[in-house]
Amino acid sequence: MTSPMVSLRGVGKVFSGRKGTRTVALQGIDLEIHSGEFVSLLGPSGCGKSTLLRIVGDLLEPTTGAVSVNGKSPARARHDRDYGMVFQQATLLEWRRVLGNVALPLEVTGMSEPERTERAREMLKLVELLEFADHYPWQLSGGMQQRVAIARALTLEPSLLLMDEPFGALDEMTRERMQMELMRIWQETQTTVLFVTHSIPEAVFLSTQVVVMSPRPGRVAAVVDIDLPQPRVFETREKTKYFDKLVEVREVLRTEEE
Amino acid sequence: MVAAAPPIPSSFRGLRSLFGFLIVLLVLAGAWEGYKLLEGSGLPLPIRADDRSMPHLWDIVRSIFEPARRGSEESLGWVLAKASLVTFREAVAGFGAGSLVGLGLGLLFVRSPLAERGLMPWVIASQTIPLLAIAPMVVLWAGKYRLPLWIPIAALAAFLSFFPVTVNTIRGLRSPSPTSAELFRSIAASPSQEFRKLRIPAAFPYLFTALKIAAGASVVGTIVGELPSGLPDGLGRQLLTFSYYYSSGPEKLYAAVLFAVLLGLTFVAVVALIERLVIPPARRVAS
Repeated sequence: MTSPMVSLRGVGKVFSGRKGTRTVALQGIDLEIHSGEFVSLLGPSGCGKSTLLRIVGDLLEPTTGAVSVNGKSPARARHDRDYGMVFQQATLLEWRRVLGNVALPLEVTGMSEPERTERAREMLKLVELLEFADHYPWQLSGGMQQRVAIARALTLEPSLLLMDEPFGALDEMTRERMQMELMRIWQETQTTVLFVTHSIPEAVFLSTQVVVMSPRPGRVAAVVDIDLPQPRVFETREKTKYFDKLVEVREVLRTEEE
Repeated sequence: MVAAAPPIPSSFRGLRSLFGFLIVLLVLAGAWEGYKLLEGSGLPLPIRADDRSMPHLWDIVRSIFEPARRGSEESLGWVLAKASLVTFREAVAGFGAGSLVGLGLGLLFVRSPLAERGLMPWVIASQTIPLLAIAPMVVLWAGKYRLPLWIPIAALAAFLSFFPVTVNTIRGLRSPSPTSAELFRSIAASPSQEFRKLRIPAAFPYLFTALKIAAGASVVGTIVGELPSGLPDGLGRQLLTFSYYYSSGPEKLYAAVLFAVLLGLTFVAVVALIERLVIPPARRVAS
């Protein structure tokens, strides 16, 4: 067994309120994520899944426990630009054209202009939006904006792609199309993905592993391996095995509620 | 696939807003003259509408083309235009200084919460001081140091114009969402990169809204500053003179007021024009 890319041991997070209130967001999280996997954090609101994602990505510090990413601290990994992040909102800079948005992370690294333009165009080709390179974000639909955000997150060739409910704001049809798109991109880039969602079908369809979480305090209820064949395609959703996995995950969530 | 509505051609939009402006102008002119018609009706009017209190609009317009004084060659319009130019120059100086101070304070307050907590109440308090009361003092102080007269006047204009710039700079620099900040953090951008590539561009629409307010305010500040300064060339002096001789020529005072309004509008329009050149159309709504 190779050493895991991400390893969390005994991770806990307590938020202290202004009036001395303490909210335990996460408690005793042990988790390992291996290279090349697609891992979903699934659970109801308030189970701390976004908090956990932010701890891995060094946007938050854990109160207790140890986290390592590629054998480094999350802070080191962030400075080495091991992460690509996609949020629920596309968070595009509205004064920049699509190309300029995708090139932003490259600009921050100090890459020369011709180089970053070329690289950004490659990324736009990957998400099939090359013809929109000169558009402004407001000229694109929500799904297209989110694809630009994915392209931006991938420009630095991160070893770990962190996605926080990236399709949560999209309608059902667009959402399914985006899931297919993400599967294709994941296959092409071989990136490891940590994906936060509260949709059971989404988690089962996309993931190789679903980490089911439960709230108050946020903890890992079970890790379900999703051994559906790769690549995941449109027909995957019609397979008996897919339904079996949906049922399995749903059962875990239900037992946790009781 | 493109979600945006087809944009309205800007020339058409410009024409439409001009049309709207003309309609409002006509309505206002109609209301003025209509109210004057009531004067003869014997109704008790809250404000008198005789020709001395409210001269006919055509009398005001005609006075602009007539000599400013008896025996003078220069028309009133020419005199007022020259005075407007003097006032405009002072207002620009005050606007520039005020905007720079406002921008500096805004940057300082965003960088240092301590400075914001300590100084912001004073900044707000400064705006409640009646300008009319401090104008003579400022002019006197400047006189003591033998500064040219336009300096205290511009300082008073700056005093009015820095405040909106400070407030909106702070608002603009803080406008990016927490997620945007997280994005910059995730790509390990330095604080100065985040400032230059995220916060400053995000603040632009807010800043221009403030600059338009500041432009208008600087004209008001300049005219108030001119009143006690004794500066003979500006609009302030003209307003003062024509209010002395109001009973013999009320339309002249109204003409001077009209020039002051036009000056303010022109200044705001110039700033709006610069805004159009700097910021792409989709973003102007944000403010």
